[in-house]
Amino acid sequence: MSNITVNSLVRKFGAVTAVDGISFSVEPGEVFGFLGPNGAGKSTTISILCTLLAPTSGEASVGGFDCVRDADAVRRSIGIIFQDPTLDNGLTAFENLLFHAYLYGLDRRTARKRIDDALSLVGLSGRKNELVRKFSGGMKRRLEIARGILNYPKVLFMDEPTIGLDPQTRNMIWEFIRELKKNTGITVFMTTHYLEEAEFCDRIAIIDTGRIIASGTPAELKAGLQGDTLKLSAIDPNGLMMEIREKFGMEPKITDGGITLTVKQGDEILPALIKGLSTKITAVSMTSPTLNDVFLSLTGKNIREEGSDPYGPVRSYVRHGGH
Amino acid sequence: MANLAHEIKAIYVISYRELKKFIRERSRIMGTMARPILWLFVVGGGMSRLVRPVGGVSYTQFIFPGMIGMTILFASIFSAISIVWDREFGFLKEILVAPISRFSVVVGKAMAGTSISMLQVLILLIFVPVLGIKLNVLQFLLLFVSSGMLAFSLTCFGILVASRMTSYEGFNIIMNFLVMPMFFLSGAMYPVKLMPPVLREITYANPLTYGVDGLKNILLAGASGTPMGPEYPALVDFAVVAGFLAVTAVLSNLSFRRAA
Repeated sequence: MSNITVNSLVRKFGAVTAVDGISFSVEPGEVFGFLGPNGAGKSTTISILCTLLAPTSGEASVGGFDCVRDADAVRRSIGIIFQDPTLDNGLTAFENLLFHAYLYGLDRRTARKRIDDALSLVGLSGRKNELVRKFSGGMKRRLEIARGILNYPKVLFMDEPTIGLDPQTRNMIWEFIRELKKNTGITVFMTTHYLEEAEFCDRIAIIDTGRIIASGTPAELKAGLQGDTLKLSAIDPNGLMMEIREKFGMEPKITDGGITLTVKQGDEILPALIKGLSTKITAVSMTSPTLNDVFLSLTGKNIREEGSDPYGPVRSYVRHGGH
Repeated sequence: MANLAHEIKAIYVISYRELKKFIRERSRIMGTMARPILWLFVVGGGMSRLVRPVGGVSYTQFIFPGMIGMTILFASIFSAISIVWDREFGFLKEILVAPISRFSVVVGKAMAGTSISMLQVLILLIFVPVLGIKLNVLQFLLLFVSSGMLAFSLTCFGILVASRMTSYEGFNIIMNFLVMPMFFLSGAMYPVKLMPPVLREITYANPLTYGVDGLKNILLAGASGTPMGPEYPALVDFAVVAGFLAVTAVLSNLSFRRAA
């Protein structure tokens, strides 16, 4: 049975349709990614799945429980890492986790044990009794992850888990998710607009203006494109082109100082080409399609990487100054 | 409410968090305690030179019940406003996705406001001997119970207001147009009987008036019948505060559920 099932889900905010009839399912143990630009409907979907928002129509269930009728059972079986920080800066790391543990009904002894385990898992054991106010952005994120797994959820939701983090912390968090998945078989549902991040997912759905426009494994989605681009440089590009046309029956394009070819399996064709050609080649390069290429070919636009939340810096400034 | 023990634990931890933060921030305790002490000794001390004692009660003694009322009012409303902070800083989401009822969240917040208020009332009671007010065990218990009821109802009232506030900018409006008038028009500073008619009518409509009057009944019973003494029988004060508590308890729950 699927851990998340979503059927013709719609959510409207007044005249705006944020989620426009999406359907998908996530199997147990899967890392499922929602990839799309800001305002595509990712966070709205997460909010519905987490029971924070009621759908306008359609159905959603998590862990076998309906998100509307059985909200309490859903809440008990999930962990969430929200896009914006939701820690209490005036409490210590331990206190934040203890608060969470009690909200989820853990007893004192179990809570303490799990808190120690979770803190060491995210490498924050040494900071246990420090006020969260003193934590860096990366540390806060790690603490939130520790908190998210404290109640041993069946499904872990992560809304843009690595947004605004440095590459090192980003890698660490990915490493952690992979370990978690291997050791606990947890189901992870995440949203992202980072393409590298989506590549880590078992399966992804590409979402734009409230609709799922493609879904599958990252490899499947990329295979749907024409393929890899090979670029061969040569002193005699014309000769090279002729030779490839004759020997391999392909139609290369002449570019500046060489030729380019679009092929399905670049990694297999490239060695064969080099072996079979007598024209002198001076340089070789191959680029595989990225998820951005997939997104581009489906929507005709790029997923913006930066400048995602124009108010983000302001909000975080207010947060630091005001509390 | 499938699991009562779980809900109680949640109520406990929600109020524990606020109390812990309050105690941790020493400057906040100093700040909140400075206000009644200033009123009591600077304003009260000054006014005592102008206003003769009536019925054996000096002006400073007269405003003491009002200072307890003010302390409760400010502490309770401030504590309830933390909901707006929690929303602003995202922490409210952490509470709202937890498998606990909205009712427990409101009760937890109300308990938090009540305990913070009561803590301050207890600190304020240190000044009882200095002010020459006598307090026996029964009076102390009555004071504790009435303050507790007033604190709980005012926190619920604050939650009712806070769940309708979408940003922290509304805070000044609440302070200037709600909290300050509630304080000044409660009989805390001057006897209600001696107020101009229009203000007197407003004062009669203010639930805090009855809270303060109840405290006067406990602390200034000797001055009954004079302008410095309590105005209503203790039972009337008790009934009004209890009614206010019941109404705010229900409305705060409805309002929070709708906003959350």
